[in-house]
Amino acid sequence: MLECYRVLDLSDEKGALCARVMADFGADTIKVERPGGDSSRKIGPFYKDVVDPEKSLHWFAFNRNKKSITLDIKTPEGQEIFKKLVKKADVIIESYDPGVLESCNLDYLNLKQINPNIILTSITNFGQKGPYRNYKGSDLVLWAISGMMYVTGEPDEPPLAPSYPHSYLFGAMQAAIGTMIALYHRRIIGRGQHVDTSAQMALTWVTQPDLVGLYEWFGKVAQRAGRIRVQPFSGIKMPILWECQDGHVAYALIFGSSFSQANRALSEWILSEAPPIVEDRTFQLATISPERLSEEQGAKITNILSEFFRRHTKKYLFEGCLERGIQLYPAMSPMDTLVFEQLQERGYWVELYHPELEDHIKYPGYPVQTDVLKAMRFMRAPLIGEHNNDIYVDELGMTPGQLEALQNDHII
Amino acid sequence: MSDKPFKDLKVLDFTWAGVGSFIVNYLAWYGATVIKIENVKRPDITRCSPPYKEGKPGMNRSLFFSWTHPAKKMDMTLNLNTEKGIAIAKRLAVWADVVVESFVAGTMEKWGLGYDELKAINPEVIMLRTCTHGQTGRLAKQPALGFTLTTLSGFNNITGWPEGGLNELRGAYTDFIAPLFGGFALIAAVDYKERTGKGQCIDLSQHEASLQFLSPLLLDAAVNKRNHKNNGNDCDRAAPHGVFRCKGEDRWCAISVFSDEQWMALCKVLGFPDWTKDSRYKRKEGRYEFRRELDMKIEEWTSRKTAEEVMVEMQTAGVPAGIVSTSKDLVEDPQLKQYHFYNTLEHPEIGECSFFQSPPFRLSDAAAEISTPPILGKHNNYICEHILNLSSEEISDLKDQQVFD
Repeated sequence: MLECYRVLDLSDEKGALCARVMADFGADTIKVERPGGDSSRKIGPFYKDVVDPEKSLHWFAFNRNKKSITLDIKTPEGQEIFKKLVKKADVIIESYDPGVLESCNLDYLNLKQINPNIILTSITNFGQKGPYRNYKGSDLVLWAISGMMYVTGEPDEPPLAPSYPHSYLFGAMQAAIGTMIALYHRRIIGRGQHVDTSAQMALTWVTQPDLVGLYEWFGKVAQRAGRIRVQPFSGIKMPILWECQDGHVAYALIFGSSFSQANRALSEWILSEAPPIVEDRTFQLATISPERLSEEQGAKITNILSEFFRRHTKKYLFEGCLERGIQLYPAMSPMDTLVFEQLQERGYWVELYHPELEDHIKYPGYPVQTDVLKAMRFMRAPLIGEHNNDIYVDELGMTPGQLEALQNDHII
Repeated sequence: MSDKPFKDLKVLDFTWAGVGSFIVNYLAWYGATVIKIENVKRPDITRCSPPYKEGKPGMNRSLFFSWTHPAKKMDMTLNLNTEKGIAIAKRLAVWADVVVESFVAGTMEKWGLGYDELKAINPEVIMLRTCTHGQTGRLAKQPALGFTLTTLSGFNNITGWPEGGLNELRGAYTDFIAPLFGGFALIAAVDYKERTGKGQCIDLSQHEASLQFLSPLLLDAAVNKRNHKNNGNDCDRAAPHGVFRCKGEDRWCAISVFSDEQWMALCKVLGFPDWTKDSRYKRKEGRYEFRRELDMKIEEWTSRKTAEEVMVEMQTAGVPAGIVSTSKDLVEDPQLKQYHFYNTLEHPEIGECSFFQSPPFRLSDAAAEISTPPILGKHNNYICEHILNLSSEEISDLKDQQVFD
């Protein structure tokens, strides 16, 4: 879909996904790595736990469909070579600290002199301006400052961030959207522009309306309410994540007419249990009016549901709920996800062959399905400088001798 | 008008709640003409969710609706259970360049508004359809809430203390991931159509899109046959790495030290107390091994300072640090203010509100127009007169036949 565009990806892990979705959609995307390889190649997990810049699964995941060249843009020679690439490029994606590109004479003002059509997409922790522009970020710092962390975890424990770092992916994807808007806009205004993306804003956008909204309207500061809390849907103190025999399931009890059929089905299912969970044979979730429910009655319902879920496996509960039109889902691990039937049925997964590893690896496929993407082939992530020859010799017209000299000088 | 990239783009929006609305927001912010179709009896579900302004329920008074729709959209109520309602929807689908919907699979087909039908009357149409599991497969018609899809996708499995089981990654988390891929794909499709004249149908499964964020863990499972282990706020590439209690009630500052250089900077901020000279802390591996005692020593220092003081002192020395922001902190955050991330606008029914969010990026040559949310059915007449070119007799006939109910 985006075959006509060339993207130069100067970014580290903060921007890798931005360039990857463009590459997934067909853009000719070149990762420009520093000689020796991009720093994000050090991020695990690793293929068979061998710590090696060519075996990072993080690298594999976020750099597929790209080409790789090596270039030290901090040297004057490197900058001259980069400028040649800029002439034929449409988009540059970068995630250096603000000011770094300027010190390389490659900031937007310089780049647009070389190519007025160029779109420069910057992805940083805090953005290109403002009091925090030079602040150092990290995954944890972003979870903290965005407001997500304060409300995650139990009230009597410290605020909690996800154990798997991925906050910067929000910034990368917002940047991808900004870049696409700029590319479309270029058709109208006839020139490129600068896209300034802040990972802080991208993650703050993820916080729910009850954070700033409730504070503004009612002066209420949202707290870490923990797993067992008064649920907005039912007004009952209960979890959304329930323990079951072999893990957890997610289920939200919601009253009201659109859920009465599901609530009736669940009530009947619970009543059919042997040994019985409920003594009262008139137990019926569908007819409860939450406004008139006492705390004690609420606690009773919570106990009944807890006991019911605890007796069964994720699979049993999920299948049973599907049959009955009840919305319940198992908490899935990555291993569970690999064999989830719906994803297989839709052909979500792709197998990519890595000749160096002599192995096929299963990857998540396209983030969306459309006929326009169907015909495209996936490429595994590139090796360090794998396409140096293609780009420098075949395209820019360097002689093999020149390329070798630049390699010896650690510029390429 | 050249600062409006989508000024000539026409969008027919059948979406409701989070994901679909977030996708359409990008188009509306940057100049598209958007018609949001609702139904009086079943309006956008976020209109009907408390809290309401001053606690008074009303179709235009919900916080969730205002918060999810800070973009300029026209609003039309249409009863798609009437033939004439469907006929109007079809005429608007011919007018539109883009049609977006977020019902469970099969709903649009029920009304005769599926992709094949729309393509027959508007061959170049771009349609984006999003639901939990996509348009095909056994689960296509099974709905979910953002909360439960977050669990299914595995985000609760990666949030927890080492021995403590799962935690909710708060809120309808995946509702904020899927629209990023949907928004990107839709704008790419609009660009593609501009170049080729070809439309397409985009099927966005919110589950499939959300899993993209967990790609390395899915590869880890596929290759190394294992699941990620939770380690609270620890990071095996950094120590100290966590949140530290500060002065005040439930106040915290996050600090993460990845390099020896950052470690030295931290020691300097603390004034090099004797314990920092302990040789076990000299290297990252040692700091990681003894991280719990290290944390306690650092917390002795942070607990005497405010979270803001800790952040500023650490950052000034080059150590990544950030306060654990509450909603009050977000409103007061000087960096967000610099970018005007939150916008204050006068809503015609609920008055001035300041929580209207802007896109998390800035384009140097195009400004996003942040707006108050659409008022239910406000543009029924305008659309009938100016887009459908109906006479006032025709409009009142349609009203009599409950087409706008």
